[in-house]
Amino acid sequence: MASAHSIDDVIPYTVAPREDTGLNNVKLGIWLFLASEVMLFGALFAGYLLLRVGATDWPEGRTYLSVPWAFTNTLVLISSSVTMVMAWASLIRKDLGKYRLWMGLTVLGGFGFLIIKYIEYSSKFHHGYFPETNTFLAIYFTLTALHGLHVISGMAVNGYLLGPGTKMWQTEPQRFTNRVEAAGLFWHFVDLVWIFLFPILYLL
Amino acid sequence: MSLKAFHVVFVTVATLLAMGVGVWCLRIRESGYVPIGMVSIGVAVALVVYGVWFLRKMKGVSYL
Repeated sequence: MASAHSIDDVIPYTVAPREDTGLNNVKLGIWLFLASEVMLFGALFAGYLLLRVGATDWPEGRTYLSVPWAFTNTLVLISSSVTMVMAWASLIRKDLGKYRLWMGLTVLGGFGFLIIKYIEYSSKFHHGYFPETNTFLAIYFTLTALHGLHVISGMAVNGYLLGPGTKMWQTEPQRFTNRVEAAGLFWHFVDLVWIFLFPILYLL
Repeated sequence: MSLKAFHVVFVTVATLLAMGVGVWCLRIRESGYVPIGMVSIGVAVALVVYGVWFLRKMKGVSYL
């Protein structure tokens, strides 16, 4: 009996936008979540700032960190944001084949980022640089590890939407497109955080 | 804000970062950093071109 109705009849605004706000549930939900993420990273950025201005001596990031690796990682994440938006655009054009290609490349971009991060971390540990070594490395490991966890989370969601989650396309294509858009908003947020992390940790 | 609008914001910030990294690397004048600086400025130009192309391609999609 439930199958005779659309999902919007059971829970309103799941697919169609609410008239007064112009938003559906998934978009409102993801933006509320991203607002909480801004507060989380904002607090850590503020912590970094206070530690830095309060320190008598603060090292230049490049004395400990590899700018070429971080630059490569920045390019990887920018590219993966482009492929993510292309995946969403493919669904708008009703092309599931192209969606699979672009989403696959997005997940690969996430893997690439993590591999480079692993190389960077291994090099630090090999040279005896740990979070307890000094305040700079403590905040570096805290911020980048938290960001890395977000990359892994984004890859898990994108991987689901590339694999089993694709089934929804057959029954509710608009709802699936909205889900991919929400995942894309999260992925862009994670990439945007890195765009702020790269200069403050590696260059300044 | 739709993914289209957020992507435009993202590309704008990424372009500013790429230009900033380019200038930073070229000002340091150390071997190894100059090629990165040149690549970074090239990326900034590519992002501007891509941004214009993206806006044209997604003309019919809402910013909300």
